[in-house]
Amino acid sequence: MAYSVIVNGQRFDVDLPGDVPLLWVLRDELGLSGTKYGCGVSACGACTVHMDGEAVRSCQVALEDVAGEVTTIEGIGTPDALDVLQKAWVAHQVAQCGYCQSGQIMQAAVLLAANNAPSDAEIDEAMSGNLCRCGTYGRIRAAIKTAASEMRGE
Amino acid sequence: MGRIKKYTRRAFIVSSAAVAGGVAFGVYMSKKPLENPLKPEAGAVTLNPYLIIDQEGVTIIAPRAEMGQGVQSMLAALVAEELDVAWEDVRVLHGPAAQAYYNGELITGHAEYEDGKRSAWQEFVRDAMDVVPKTLGLQVTGGSTATIDAFEKMRLAGATAREALKLAAAERLTGPLRTENGQVIGADGSAIAYAELAEAAAKIAPPEDVILRPSSEWKYLGRDMPRVDMVAKSTGTAQYGADVRLEGMKFATVRINPHLGGGMKSYDASTAEKMAGVERVIDLGNGIAVVASNTWLAFQAADAVDIDWEDAPYPATTDGLFAAIEKTLDEAPNSTLRDEGDTSLIPEGATEISAEYRVPYLAHATMEPMNATALFTGDALEIWCGNQAPLVLADKAADAAGLSADQVTVHTLFMGGGFGRRAEADVAILAAKVAKAMPDVPVKVMWSREEDMRHDFYRPAAIARMKGAVKDGEAVVFDARIAAPSVTKQSMSRIMGFAPPGPDPAHVEGAANQPYDIANYRVAGHLADVDVPVGFWRSVGNSFNGFFHESFIDELAHAAGADPLQFRFDHIAPLSPPTAKLLAAVRDMSGWTGKTPDGIGRGVAVTWSFGTPVAQVIEVANSDDGIRITKAWIACDVGTALDPRNIRAQMEGGMIYGLSAAMHGEITFANGEVEQENFPDYDALRMGTAPVTEVQVLENNPHMGGVGEPGTPPSMPALANALFDLTGKRARELPLSKLFDFAG
Ligand code: FES
Ligand code: FES
Repeated sequence: MAYSVIVNGQRFDVDLPGDVPLLWVLRDELGLSGTKYGCGVSACGACTVHMDGEAVRSCQVALEDVAGEVTTIEGIGTPDALDVLQKAWVAHQVAQCGYCQSGQIMQAAVLLAANNAPSDAEIDEAMSGNLCRCGTYGRIRAAIKTAASEMRGE
Repeated sequence: MGRIKKYTRRAFIVSSAAVAGGVAFGVYMSKKPLENPLKPEAGAVTLNPYLIIDQEGVTIIAPRAEMGQGVQSMLAALVAEELDVAWEDVRVLHGPAAQAYYNGELITGHAEYEDGKRSAWQEFVRDAMDVVPKTLGLQVTGGSTATIDAFEKMRLAGATAREALKLAAAERLTGPLRTENGQVIGADGSAIAYAELAEAAAKIAPPEDVILRPSSEWKYLGRDMPRVDMVAKSTGTAQYGADVRLEGMKFATVRINPHLGGGMKSYDASTAEKMAGVERVIDLGNGIAVVASNTWLAFQAADAVDIDWEDAPYPATTDGLFAAIEKTLDEAPNSTLRDEGDTSLIPEGATEISAEYRVPYLAHATMEPMNATALFTGDALEIWCGNQAPLVLADKAADAAGLSADQVTVHTLFMGGGFGRRAEADVAILAAKVAKAMPDVPVKVMWSREEDMRHDFYRPAAIARMKGAVKDGEAVVFDARIAAPSVTKQSMSRIMGFAPPGPDPAHVEGAANQPYDIANYRVAGHLADVDVPVGFWRSVGNSFNGFFHESFIDELAHAAGADPLQFRFDHIAPLSPPTAKLLAAVRDMSGWTGKTPDGIGRGVAVTWSFGTPVAQVIEVANSDDGIRITKAWIACDVGTALDPRNIRAQMEGGMIYGLSAAMHGEITFANGEVEQENFPDYDALRMGTAPVTEVQVLENNPHMGGVGEPGTPPSMPALANALFDLTGKRARELPLSKLFDFAG
C-alpha cells in the first residue's frame, strides 16, 4: 500500500510496508542521504529530523505513523543559502568526520526555536542524546551560542 | 564529489590522448619516478600527481582519506602555499588508488624523543618490506603520518608546478614574473591565468631545484585554515560511503558468523526469502547477505535467516581469553626494547611496589557503520567506500571476485570516522562477493550497527605486571611485563599472508619508548596467540601502554611522597626538555598546585606517541548524581604547527575518544560471541559528560609529529589518576564505570 508523506515541502507517494522507519524511506527511497543511520535504536541522534517542528529520531518513526510535515537537513539550508545554524557551524569549524552533524544541527534547531538564549545546562539537556564519536562537543556548544545570539539579533 | 567519476577506467581510455602524464617534477624521494596515475579528461592538464588544472581552475589531489582529521584541507594547503592559488578557489579530490601515493612516513617511522631511537620500528618495517610484494603499496591513511609524509612532497609539487607555469608564461610576459591568485603576473601588471598556461607548462621539463618558501613567508601554513569540507558537512551534502547512489542500485546487508573466524554449517532462508522487498539471499561461506529494495527490509530479513554456525577458534569467554593472555607472561618475551640497568634487584633502602593492570578489548564504533558499494561487470569490479588503504582493498577485493588488482577501481569517499577500522579490507571483500553474485547490478552493502560492533578488529585486551621502586623521592626501578595479542602480526598476516618474525615494537609503544630517566628500566612485550581479530585502534599499542605506564608512574610518585606532576617533570627533563615543557604548560594552564579541595580530584599523564608528546591534566568532581569529568587541559608539541585550530580539534577529539573508552568501553565474550551490540552497551562521552577543554600547541619539538592519535593515550591514565586523587581508589582495570559511579 502506498503512503503519502510531505518532506521539505514536497509531497511523495511511497510504496513500502508501513513498518519501514522514516529514516530508510528518506535515505533509500527519496535519496535524501543527509539524514544518517548510526544505531537504529534511538541511541545516537544521527537520524534526527523534524516532524511538525518537533525533533524526532527518524529510525523510530514508522512510515505509517508519519504525521505532519517532515523537514530534513536538506530542507533547512543549502551550501549556497546556509541557515543561521549552518553558518555558525562553518564559522566554528565544528565538523570532524561530520557524520553526526546533520543530526546535531537538526536537534539544535529545535532547541533554539523554543529558547534563543539557552544556558549550558539547557544545551547539555537538549543535546546529550546526540552522539559524536569525533568529540566535537565544545565547538557544537560554541556554535549553538553564536547562532542563538544571531537569532536574538545581537 | 561528483567529479570523482571522471577518473574511472572509462574516463582513462577516452582521455588518454590529452594526457601529459608522468611529469614527476622531482617530487619523489625514490630514484625512479612512479607513474603519474592521473589521466584527466580532455581540456584538463596534470602537472604532477597532485595537481590537475583545467578551465575551472586548480584541483589538488589529496591522496589521504578524510575521516575527520582535516587531512584533505591540510594537504591542499601544502600545495596551495607554493602554488599561489586563492584558498576559496581550491578544489580537492582524494584521487585514485595508486602506487605514486605511497606513504613514506610509514616506512621511516616517527621520531622518538631521542634521535637514533627510530630504529626499532624501522628495522621491523624494513624486514617486512623486503618481502612485501610491490603491488600492495602503502597508500595508507594511518599512523598519524599523512602531513609529515606530505610536508615536502606536496609543497614541492606546488612549487615546481608554479615554476613551470612561470616558464610557460615567460614567452608572453615580461619579467620579472610573479604569481598570485592562480595567475602569472608580468612586470607591467598584465596577468595570465594558470588554466591558460597549463598545457604549455606540461610540455616543459620541470625545474629541478626549486627552493621551498621559508615559514616566515607562509600565507596558509601555520594559520587556522577553513576546512574545504566544512560547508558540505554542515548541510548534509557530504557524500560518505553509506550515501553512494547508483542507477539501478540494490540495498543489501550481511550477517556473518558471530564466532569470529568461524564458518557456517548450514542455513535456512525460506522465511527470509518470502519477506517484503527481499530479492535474494546469498551464501558467503561464513555468513549470508540479503539483497533487497530497502536497507531496513534487508536488515529484517537477515535476522530471519536461520543459521547453524561453526564454533569460534578462540576461548569462548572473556575469562578464557584473559587466561590465554596471562599465560604468556610466564613465557619468554617477544621483545625487551627497553632494558637498562638491572630491574631484578631492589636497591638497598628503596621502597618496592608492584601491581597488575588489565584492560579489555575495545571496538572502534565509528559513527558511520561499515559499508561498501560494489559493481561487478564480468571483467571489472568497482568499489565505493570510505577506506584508509585503497591499494590493499583493491588487491583483496580482486581476490574475492576472481579478478586481478588492476581490474578493480576503488573510489574513496568521506568516512564517518575511521580510527583504524577502515584500514581493514573485510567490508570490501564481502561487497565484492555480493556483487559477483549479482553481475551488472550495483549493490550497497550496509552493515547494521549490531553487525559492525560484533565484527570488528578490536583493540586487544592486555595485561601488565608492573614492579617498581622509589628511593629519596626518585624512581630507581621500573619493570613492566606486558601481554596482549599482537595487532601488527595479525594485520600483517591479513595483508601479506604472513607475519614477519622478530620483536614487535607496536606492542610496547607507549611504554618502552617514554622519555623517563630511570636507572633500572625494563619493558618486556609478551605476545599472546589468540585468534580474536584485533586491529589498529586509534593510537594502537599506546592505547593500553600509555595507561599502564602513566598509572604506574603515578603509583611510584605517591610511593615516593612526591607531587605527581613534579615527579614526572624531574624524571623527564634530563631526557626530553620539550616534553618537560609540556608538563610545565599544563601545570600553568590548570593552575596545578598539587592540592585539590574536597570533592575535586586532578590527575596528570604524559605520553610520547607518533612523534608528538602530549600532556594532559583531567579534573573530576563529585556531584549529586555521581562523579563528573569537569575540565581538561592539554598541551602538545607537534614541532611545526601547520594548522593550529585543527591540531587543537584533533587533540580534544583524541582525548574524548580515550576518555569514552576509559569510562565505558568494554567488549566482552560469551559463547564465543561479542556481547555488546549497540551504543546502549557501548556508550561514549556526550555533550553533558564531556569536559570543558583547553588546548595549547607548542613548537619546541625538533621533529614534526602526528596529531590524529597522540591525544588518546594520556587521557585514560590522567582520568584514573584524577579518580585516585578524588577517592583514594587506584583503578587498575578498565572501564572505570565498573569501579566508580559516574553522573550520566
Ligand atoms: S540512528 Fe536513529 S538514533 Fe541512532
Ligand atoms: S563529527 Fe564525527 S561523529 Fe561527530
